Amino acid sequence: MSAAARALPVPDAGPLLCARGLTKSFGAQPALEGVSFDLWPGEVLGVVGESGSGKTTLLNILATHLAPDAGRVSYDWPERGLVDVHALAEAEKRRLLRSHWGFVHQNPRDGLRMNVSAGANVGEKLMALGLRHYGKLRARAEEWLGKVEIGPERLDDLPATYSGGMQQRLQIARNLVTEPRLVFMDEPTGGLDVSVQARLLDLLRKLVAELGLAVVIVTHDLAVARLLADRLMVMRCGRVVESGLTDQVLDDPHHPYTQLLVSSILQA
Amino acid sequence: MEASVRLRCEADLTGLAGYNFAYLDEQTKRMIRRALLKAVAIPGYQVPFASREMPLPYGWGTGGIQVTASIIGPEDTLKVIDQGADDTTNAVSIRRFFARTAGVATTEDTEAASIIQTRHRVPETRLREDQILVYQVPQPEPLRLMEPRESETRTMHALEEYGSMYVKLYEDVTRHGRIATAYSYPVRVEGRYVMSPSPIPKFDNPKLTKAPMLQLFGAGREKRIYAVPPYTEVRSLDFEDYPFSVEGWDEPCALCGATDTYLDEIVTDDHGGRMFVCSDSNHCARRRAAAGEEA
Repeated sequence: MSAAARALPVPDAGPLLCARGLTKSFGAQPALEGVSFDLWPGEVLGVVGESGSGKTTLLNILATHLAPDAGRVSYDWPERGLVDVHALAEAEKRRLLRSHWGFVHQNPRDGLRMNVSAGANVGEKLMALGLRHYGKLRARAEEWLGKVEIGPERLDDLPATYSGGMQQRLQIARNLVTEPRLVFMDEPTGGLDVSVQARLLDLLRKLVAELGLAVVIVTHDLAVARLLADRLMVMRCGRVVESGLTDQVLDDPHHPYTQLLVSSILQA
Repeated sequence: MEASVRLRCEADLTGLAGYNFAYLDEQTKRMIRRALLKAVAIPGYQVPFASREMPLPYGWGTGGIQVTASIIGPEDTLKVIDQGADDTTNAVSIRRFFARTAGVATTEDTEAASIIQTRHRVPETRLREDQILVYQVPQPEPLRLMEPRESETRTMHALEEYGSMYVKLYEDVTRHGRIATAYSYPVRVEGRYVMSPSPIPKFDNPKLTKAPMLQLFGAGREKRIYAVPPYTEVRSLDFEDYPFSVEGWDEPCALCGATDTYLDEIVTDDHGGRMFVCSDSNHCARRRAAAGEEA
């Protein structure tokens, strides 16, 4: 079953996130040139392309880790309408990242606190939002570990004692515990072996469907894109060369680069 | 030596008595006083200052003596304690330093002192409005354990992002079944800044809140000054279901019999003999003297 086949929440309002004309260069090196797209609530957008095509730069700009040279990113803040996220004050930006958004790093060590227990990792965002009750924090942490298929007996262990796949699932739990509306994922399955990848993808698919999350997922792995994404953007040299429904792009690629990309997958 | 005596005489003649009083030069004292004023105006906020090289090693109270040197006057009476005691090396040498450089009166009596410089304790005797408590602080940043970057901790203070402080408390409860932080227990000052009360035992934390004396904190190596003005609310961080509590002892002080003071464990021989006595030596001596009079 492809991801596009599952029922999409019907968007009743406008898009959740709008990117318009995003441009970024590092010195003389252009990284991103005029990227525009809309992301709808509950939609999973895959961004694929080779190394150096600007995928991660795009993600960092969307998540306000980087400021674009030109263009704007607007987010549909409930009760406030579309806001330009790069124009927000620092305090509001951080609030947005804490409560409305999540960010899953490629390397779980970048997104976790390695020197505190798994429970504290999951609970940190809740504490940042003002929950001051140990029992409740612990219960929520345990519930979320269960959702990412980590046993409650591992709740008090340090993430360093976890396997790579478990660390990645822990990072996902840590991001989803505040029930964000939008999650950015940077190669969430990179560095994992194939069987662990498959389980993680299954899990992600389930969570995304249950929570009605909107996701921007960056990957160079077309299989990941095929499984998770509703819609696909193919990037090359900082530009979007092709975009459309995932199955459409992968089964009937129009752009020569996409054709090359699709034909270069090893068939198992 | 001779030159300095002559200089002092000339200063007296030209009406500059008191100039460069107490070791630091006037410009330095001016700079530190400005930092102190700002610190008092924003309770709990760490004010950067140009800490000077002092004639004692970092970690021995370089921040504390710079603050003391900036506020002390010829009429002041100074008391210095280290872990509550007046007779420890650190306390003795700092007291002697000011007796020599400022010629001020020194005392071991908590009630007679106008300025008390302290390391690791708040005196048991309740202080008054006309007294100032100066703390020596090794690490002024309570967020440092969770966040190593200074730029980030400053932003966190500015935006009141104190969630990560609770991560530390959560870990304590998870590992030990209670909040095990026993000293340098983080507090929130007047509902705004989270502050490290210097490495005092958490036993002393309740003495900080709504206290009548002015409390000044100096960190020499880290170049920070902060303050708690009189009658300011200081709340220790905790969880709703794990409220803040102080430690207690099973036995009273072996010398004065007090049950409400902070006790030190002292090993008395090689056969497991030990006794618990008040860490505040002046308080303990006064209680014993009072008991002796009654008997």
